Amino acid sequence: MLIQLKDIKKVYNQGKPNEFQAIRGVSMAFEPNRVSCIKGSSGSGKTTLLSMIGCLSRPTSGRIQLGEQVISSLPERFLTDVRRHTFGFIFQRFNLIPGLSVLENVMLPAYPLGLPYKKLVDAARRLLQQFNLASKADNPIEWLSGGESQRVAICRALINDPKILIADEPTANLDSKLSNEFMQLIAELRQSGRTVLLTSHDPEVFDSTVVDRVVEMRDGVVLADVG
Amino acid sequence: MLLFLRKQKYLIDYTLSSLLRRKGKSLGLLAVYTTIVFMLASVTLFTHALRKEAGLMLQASPEIIVQRMQAGRHAMIPADYLQRIGRLRGVMQKAGRLWGYYYDPIVKANYTIMTEGQSDTPLTEIVIGTGIARVQGLDVGDYLTLRSQSGEAFSFQISALLENDSELVSADLLLMSPKAFRRLFSIPEGFYTDLVLSVRNPREVNKVAEKLSQLLPDTRPILRDEVLRTYESVFSWRQGILFVLLLGSVLAFVIFAWDKASGLSAEERREIGILKAVGWETADVMRMKFWEGMVISLTAFLIGYLAAYGHVFFASASLFEPVLKGWSVLYPQFRLTPYVDGLQLATLFFFSVLPYIVATIIPIWRTSIADPDAVMR
Amino acid sequence: MLLNPAIMALVMVSAVICLMLLLASWFAVRVLSHWDINSGSERQLRLERRTYLISTLLVWAFSFQLMSLLLFIYNAESMSGQFVGAMCATGVLNVNAWGWPTLFLKMGVFFTGAVWLVLNYLDNQGHDYPLIRYKYWLILAILPLVAAELILQLLYFTNMDPAVITSCCGALFSSQSEGVAGEISGLPPAQMMPGFVLLGAAVILSGVWVAKRRQGGWLFALLGGAAFIVALMSVVSFISLYIYEHPHHHCPFCILKSGHDYIGYLLYLPLFAATALALSVGVISPWRKITSLTLAVDRIVPRLSWIAVVFFSLFYLVAAWSVWTSHLTMTGVWW
Repeated sequence: MLIQLKDIKKVYNQGKPNEFQAIRGVSMAFEPNRVSCIKGSSGSGKTTLLSMIGCLSRPTSGRIQLGEQVISSLPERFLTDVRRHTFGFIFQRFNLIPGLSVLENVMLPAYPLGLPYKKLVDAARRLLQQFNLASKADNPIEWLSGGESQRVAICRALINDPKILIADEPTANLDSKLSNEFMQLIAELRQSGRTVLLTSHDPEVFDSTVVDRVVEMRDGVVLADVG
Repeated sequence: MLLFLRKQKYLIDYTLSSLLRRKGKSLGLLAVYTTIVFMLASVTLFTHALRKEAGLMLQASPEIIVQRMQAGRHAMIPADYLQRIGRLRGVMQKAGRLWGYYYDPIVKANYTIMTEGQSDTPLTEIVIGTGIARVQGLDVGDYLTLRSQSGEAFSFQISALLENDSELVSADLLLMSPKAFRRLFSIPEGFYTDLVLSVRNPREVNKVAEKLSQLLPDTRPILRDEVLRTYESVFSWRQGILFVLLLGSVLAFVIFAWDKASGLSAEERREIGILKAVGWETADVMRMKFWEGMVISLTAFLIGYLAAYGHVFFASASLFEPVLKGWSVLYPQFRLTPYVDGLQLATLFFFSVLPYIVATIIPIWRTSIADPDAVMR
Repeated sequence: MLLNPAIMALVMVSAVICLMLLLASWFAVRVLSHWDINSGSERQLRLERRTYLISTLLVWAFSFQLMSLLLFIYNAESMSGQFVGAMCATGVLNVNAWGWPTLFLKMGVFFTGAVWLVLNYLDNQGHDYPLIRYKYWLILAILPLVAAELILQLLYFTNMDPAVITSCCGALFSSQSEGVAGEISGLPPAQMMPGFVLLGAAVILSGVWVAKRRQGGWLFALLGGAAFIVALMSVVSFISLYIYEHPHHHCPFCILKSGHDYIGYLLYLPLFAATALALSVGVISPWRKITSLTLAVDRIVPRLSWIAVVFFSLFYLVAAWSVWTSHLTMTGVWW
């Protein structure tokens, strides 16, 4: 699914003394089935951009098109609906809910969809199997190591079978060995036909052979676009 | 439809597990909530049962009581008034009654003395209520001495105790023969305390009362239906007073619930943020919170109501005893007949669950509109 | 009389509903004055979030309204022991001039509330909030109704005088009495019954038609409203007679009592639900012309129509059943 951005702007605290322009007009397109990485220092606007593409927030102005659908002016209700069926998210801090089991954490995004329970559990277990976590399915999330937590987060991102995967600073909390492993998993995901969008300021990520395209941002504008 | 139900099931599952994860907070809220329901339910159940009991009691009493008034005060009524009434259409039976109160200075209590039986009932036998028996430490076969109007002491042998079932009415009751009653209180033959008339057809009661006040201008007829009506309003009024008093605690509960619902811990906030980020919509979070409220409300309502039920009907409303004891030293150890009705339940619901729901609407909404991208920042 | 707990509850609920509507209206006015669906500004986002609060407030307010309607009737029923001459809710409603207006207003708010909820549901299906102006203006229109109900109800309860001898159903609903109630009671069942049956058939047929063809919603609503009124008149005119098995007892409330197996609830609940749904169908079906709502209207209208048809059928079946199984025979009298 092609993602097109046209003159995207995002302003926080509009009209107030602390008004802040996070994105100052970005136009670009992301082709399907590729791994793209947005790099830049913190405050460069890369996370904001990603959150708008991922339907987590709406641009102040500009137009975002997902395939045929314009999503930039959809109200939250419909944005969420698009998001649930299109995007999977991996966050910098894994953002798993403590106190729930691994399995429950993976199934969480699917609850509002109301799938039959058995179907949902089967899907979750299959994913955990695929990421070598089958034996830990019923453990509380607190018992897992960093790498394992990361893989649970990936499973959770994939539970609704999204076309596009969004990962925000996915390796920030991993050592270099785990980071490498993570990039291998990303390669596999692309293999399976998915589009992947990453943000990172970790060379391990944007210099990786897995990444097809690197976009560099600073102060809310695109500086360079390679690949 | 099935899809909708499954969604709700997932939300309920989630909310249950989230409540269990925060046992301390949930239990605290539950305890306060349950107490509120318990207090309100105890009051309603108790006053309702009393009202019902009083109604049942009055059901057996005669339709019309005729009292003689003298200088605005109740006076003994001459027996020949019965003749003066003569034959009134619709009056099935008429009779004179003897009854009164006796103050016992030893236990500082008032006994209600009524007469029973004909003139051949043994003079020295009495039947007493369990309340008197308890206070005086008496049993069947023992003697009870009462001082008469003229200063003489009369000893009565107790032939029986009144049954427990009706203790609310009979705790302070003392039954003796009419003759003994007249001797004790120096009431001459030919006078009664009041007259009772029974009228079969309720439509005729008012007509009969009208004729009575013409026939016997120095009397006042007391109609049973009027007494019943007064009872009804007096009891609901009493209940209302108690409710007004409890309203303060309901208000405190509302503030507590508002505070609990809006004062989320950082951890809870993060959790909502994660849910929204992974694809829950504002309405989903609100629904999840709604179920949380329902689970808590239902549990509190059920526990509180059952506890109140036990308190009123099995423990004789023992928590109210100190308040109600003011009535009389002879506090009855009664068992009320359980009585539950829909209006009561609905009223209770409006005083407990509704305030909770209203109090949590805005806090829940505030929680639920968390930015989905907050966890990325 | 204000110290009766059920009355306190009713007054409190009405006050709470009124407050909730006031709050919702205030937000609604703010939303209406700054609304710009094409903007992605923070203010617009805030307003969109506020719509959730308004919806929630009103969903609860109207649910409470339904409960308060039920409690109001139930309470009137149970207070009949406290007034001279009152045998059922009719007598208690007759205690002063405010009783009946309060009841009718409660019913009115119930129906408008139900319609608003359906309208709101429909609007939430359109991605550009197409009905936001209409539905929020409607809240502002409902607010005075709710306020009036609060005041009337307060007048009703504060002016209750136990000394007044009220007239109950025997007097009010008799063909000899003056006024609307008397006229309805005096309606000849020989003419009422065919009208009742014909309108019943018409409303069910039009419901099925709307459900299948997705058009003619306004006709269904119109017939539904008419069927509702005629049904209430028929209950007074002849259905109650069959339930009481008494040729002159026309009361619409005594059928709610346990002595008649609470059959009144089985009659009224489906009737009210069906009428509310039929009215809603009438209100939402014209919005099919808005592109973002076409699909939603096509999905919701048949669904609501079917449910309304089921409820109407239930009402007519219960009514027919209670006439059928009655021991009262009026054939010689009416025909």
